Amino acid sequence: VSTPASTPAGPLDGLRVVELAGEHTAAAGKLLADLGADVVVVEPPGGAATRRLGPFAGGAPDPERSLHWWFFNTSKRGLVLDLTTADDRAALGELLGRADILVESAGPAEVQAWGLDAVRAEHPALVHVSITPYGRGAGEQPPSTDLTLLAAAGIPWSCGYDDRSLPPVRPATGHAAQVGGVLAATGALAAVLHRATTGTGQHVDVSLSAALNVTTELATQAWLVAGATVRRQTGRHAMAIDTQPVQVRAADGHYVTTGFLPSSGAELRGVAGWLAELGLTDQLEEGFWLEMGIAKGGVDRNSVDPEDLAIRGTAREALQLIARNTTALEFFEDGQRRGFQCGVIQFPDEAFRGAQSIARGFPTPVFHEELGRAVSYPGAPFRSNGAPWRIVRRAPRIDEHRGQV
Amino acid sequence: VPGGALAGLRICDFSGQLAGAGATRLLAAFGADVIRVEDPVRQGRWDILRGSYPYVDERRGINLGGAFNNHNVGKRGVTLDLRQERGRELARRLAAASDVVTENFAAGVIDRLGLGYERLRELRPDIIVVSNSGFGRTGPYAGFKTWGPIVQAVSGLTATAGLPDREPAGWGYSYMDHMGAYYMALAVLTAVVERNRTGAGQHVDMACTETAMTLSGPAILDAEVNGVPGRRPGQPDANHDETADMVPHAIYPAAGEDRWVAIACRDDVDWRRLAGALGEPWAADPGLADAARRKAREDELDGLIADWTTGRTPAEVVEKLRAAGVPVAAVASPQERIDEDPRTAAWGLWPQVEHPDMGPVRVDGIGMHLSETDWVIDRPAPRLGQHNREVLAELLGLADAELDELEREGVL
Repeated sequence: VSTPASTPAGPLDGLRVVELAGEHTAAAGKLLADLGADVVVVEPPGGAATRRLGPFAGGAPDPERSLHWWFFNTSKRGLVLDLTTADDRAALGELLGRADILVESAGPAEVQAWGLDAVRAEHPALVHVSITPYGRGAGEQPPSTDLTLLAAAGIPWSCGYDDRSLPPVRPATGHAAQVGGVLAATGALAAVLHRATTGTGQHVDVSLSAALNVTTELATQAWLVAGATVRRQTGRHAMAIDTQPVQVRAADGHYVTTGFLPSSGAELRGVAGWLAELGLTDQLEEGFWLEMGIAKGGVDRNSVDPEDLAIRGTAREALQLIARNTTALEFFEDGQRRGFQCGVIQFPDEAFRGAQSIARGFPTPVFHEELGRAVSYPGAPFRSNGAPWRIVRRAPRIDEHRGQV
Repeated sequence: VPGGALAGLRICDFSGQLAGAGATRLLAAFGADVIRVEDPVRQGRWDILRGSYPYVDERRGINLGGAFNNHNVGKRGVTLDLRQERGRELARRLAAASDVVTENFAAGVIDRLGLGYERLRELRPDIIVVSNSGFGRTGPYAGFKTWGPIVQAVSGLTATAGLPDREPAGWGYSYMDHMGAYYMALAVLTAVVERNRTGAGQHVDMACTETAMTLSGPAILDAEVNGVPGRRPGQPDANHDETADMVPHAIYPAAGEDRWVAIACRDDVDWRRLAGALGEPWAADPGLADAARRKAREDELDGLIADWTTGRTPAEVVEKLRAAGVPVAAVASPQERIDEDPRTAAWGLWPQVEHPDMGPVRVDGIGMHLSETDWVIDRPAPRLGQHNREVLAELLGLADAELDELEREGVL
């Protein structure tokens, strides 16, 4: 299991990062750290507020056992500084003097108290990344959380059910910080590349609100281009028009998504053959439409000719019939092997322990002394044949690396 | 070559859709020279957004697709028929004249076209090839076909987005195409930083389903450490706070057709502010004073708050609760957040480009500003084959007579 001495250097080897642990900094810091940067995460006395986020290892709240902290702080070293004191602000200044990148998500009061406004003047080669709800230039702003940021950026506008008397849905697990995190890491590297040719650093000002607003695909495009407003629909794209359902409850109670409807001759033959193998041909109502589609050599995906619509509709019903008579995973694997772009709806831990994840070695062991064993963490967001993405060490305990740093 | 943080970086871009095109769009905005290669035979329709909805008016055509324009601003476009050996040869030369090659064909297709990493590194040893596919290039699902919604379903993002005891609602768009694009851009720049340090190129194998799983880290650890599976009674429960600290934390009905407002109390202080603003006798119940006890009565509490919000417009609710210091926001419609939100306007979030066929069109900006070398989005997506002559003459030194012949032969 990984120890610093035996772990290979990553692709960002040599980059030094100081992260002031904040509400939105951890994802960016983790990306850079697992890719090989030397990231020191600076916490206030008592530890970062994000250590209070559950769930916790063993269930009981404990700042050293937050699974949120564990996941988002791998490969970092930890240090406590009290930035309300001049001594520790001076220590931060020393750290920044040796760093390439600063990542922080301070609010206006902290910016002032910690002297962050002066950082660029004091360290002109530093890449200073801030990740805040509305951007550093926006000044004092109303309080927000992941939920209210996503709501205001229109994400739940597009997510929910055909039954629109039900509330829109905010997809969980902290996507504001995660969208901001990958953008911040990308912006930091762009600024590092610019600095390599000019010697000058700069401020990378990430706005979670702005980032989320332009991560909404068709809802934005339809409005900008066509002045159309999309509506949320169960398990599929929000559209300005209502479309047909795609989710089916399979024989084991789990859900599948049927994906694009079969329309080509080969696809229609594939559906008919699959039905026959499962002995379901006779259960398909008006199955003659499928035969007619095959005889025609397929139909256009976008045709609104009534006959073509009936053929595509019957093909949909055939897929739904198959799904109701198989397990969700069988439907997905068999369907894909037959060339259908279908999916199985799994929970994250099911995907993590699924055949593809295991075959590719995606689960990554990280040793935890407090548990006396290694825990499998999600692996690389992308992998390469160059220097590897890797987890050097588990997340730091409070002030763990004071002596080293 | 435009200025910018990435000036001088050239990308030969075989990618498309949003998952690929969104990555090179971001890099182009920061000054990379992105040359998008498209298929002349099918008029670039390998990318399903080429010529597709939304449209500015009733006209239809290969250069009139609104989403394609959005995802390809700032790039140059060439057409090469990769079925012909001469087309593949030109593509290889174009790749060798570039720092980076990007692609998001189904796994393995790029190798069969003779444009894979091993072939290209013979031509340019420090070449960087970044491949983005649904399941990656190895494993039992390597050949499977995906797009955003399939990636989201298989990786766990769909299942966790829903209301208790109902089928999953999922994401109402291809979120993982956006996120896949961001991670692909990060992969490109990571590889460039490494190349600049070591002199070596590399091949990146990005599997979008794996990228997506990294977005559910704490949930996966809850299963791995505590044995708590994601599939359990009461799940999914997306609108409530998964850390269990914030109660209330939900989306409530407001007055008006299909209007909703999100309210979150970060702590007991927020709750006291909310209780004061609501002014209802039940809100003064001392049994609701701490988060653990509110959590135990969460459904009851949600119902009482909904009774209060349902007769008020989103604007009334936001004004009242914001004045009290409680995190609150209406679920914004596209019109509200794009045309009526002063914050997105102040950010310059909707830059306008002048498209030769579509006319003036607004597009997505970028959620970060760089103080010295900020992004620039002022050029539309290329028309099909718009830069054939410019690019092939400039980068490969082809003369007019050769270009005429390539056009006649249908290579371009």
